[in-house]
Amino acid sequence: MYYIDPHIHMVSRTTDDYQTLSQMGCAAMSEPAFWAGFDRGSAESFRDYFHQLTDVEPKRAAQYGIQHFTWLCINAKEAENVKLSREVMKLIPEFLQCPNVLGIGEIGLNKNTKNESIIFQEHVELAIEYQQQILIHTPHLADKYQGTRMILDMLAGHGGIERSRVLVDHVEEHTVREVIDAGYWAGMTLYPVTKCTPARAVDIIESVGPDRLCVNSAGDWGPSKPTAVPDLILEMRRRGHTEGLIRKIVFDNPFDFFSQSKNFSFTPPSDETRVFPTG
Amino acid sequence: MNASQVLEREFLEIRARILEIAASLDRIDRAAGDVSLDANRQLLSRGIDLLSAKESDRAEQVQLLFSNEYVSDWQSDFQMKPRS
Repeated sequence: MYYIDPHIHMVSRTTDDYQTLSQMGCAAMSEPAFWAGFDRGSAESFRDYFHQLTDVEPKRAAQYGIQHFTWLCINAKEAENVKLSREVMKLIPEFLQCPNVLGIGEIGLNKNTKNESIIFQEHVELAIEYQQQILIHTPHLADKYQGTRMILDMLAGHGGIERSRVLVDHVEEHTVREVIDAGYWAGMTLYPVTKCTPARAVDIIESVGPDRLCVNSAGDWGPSKPTAVPDLILEMRRRGHTEGLIRKIVFDNPFDFFSQSKNFSFTPPSDETRVFPTG
Repeated sequence: MNASQVLEREFLEIRARILEIAASLDRIDRAAGDVSLDANRQLLSRGIDLLSAKESDRAEQVQLLFSNEYVSDWQSDFQMKPRS
């Protein structure tokens, strides 16, 4: 089965991972801008990073038949530095024209601070101004519930938001319903320890339903598994779910969400029968 | 899958996880010092208690137990005005 991984950080992965993902059926992926494992010292570092996301990674992916899309922002952790964040945000508009950019992301909160909240709001305003979709990171562990509620509060205050064009990522059992019920898309991240396991993600699909719900590996430089989406496919098959339902979760849902971006021009694998718009 | 099938499929995995928790708690008890009043140790005990609940939202309740509190007027605390 072909699938789309809507959240994976390939700048941190090897070329061997591209090959493995291709062999396991990954047809497309999207890579949100995120923290590099250290705080960068200047906006110019981000210019190079945005070049990597919009030019280098698409070429690496294409060598293995995978289409690579991306999202741009300064991540929540470095957003604590308001001055640097505003310098980085000034760079973003020139990159929005790059053909693989789907929108602004992954913006969000990390430790739920005032500075993070200010930069989150300014990113949302940037997305509205340029009519961009938004991909949102929610905090880790004990900070997740509070941070997710704060993010929903801030989004609710923006009259210009189209909720169907926003995905709130890294939801778990205690945050998924509020995101879905508010009209946003939700993403579940399959991490070995700190987020959802494939089994718990399938539990959530069974409890909440498959609409506006995506799964991703968020494979990065930390403990993570880039092939986690195929693990979820296997878990759904073991529980007897239909191929149609599995495909909805791992292919149709991310496809439908991405299709709202004018830059999402996707050539599906040749044996797919669905009629795809060209963006 | 019905409940019996799920139980049969999951039994050994659940058994293994319970053993891991039991062994981890034994390890803490064998180590020098007393953490019985430690906030994290007490959180773990409360989490284990939640597993015996009859409601079918145990995972969500465990998540909330390990979550920081949400305060609805946080924007006032930050002196932030709602955007439009």
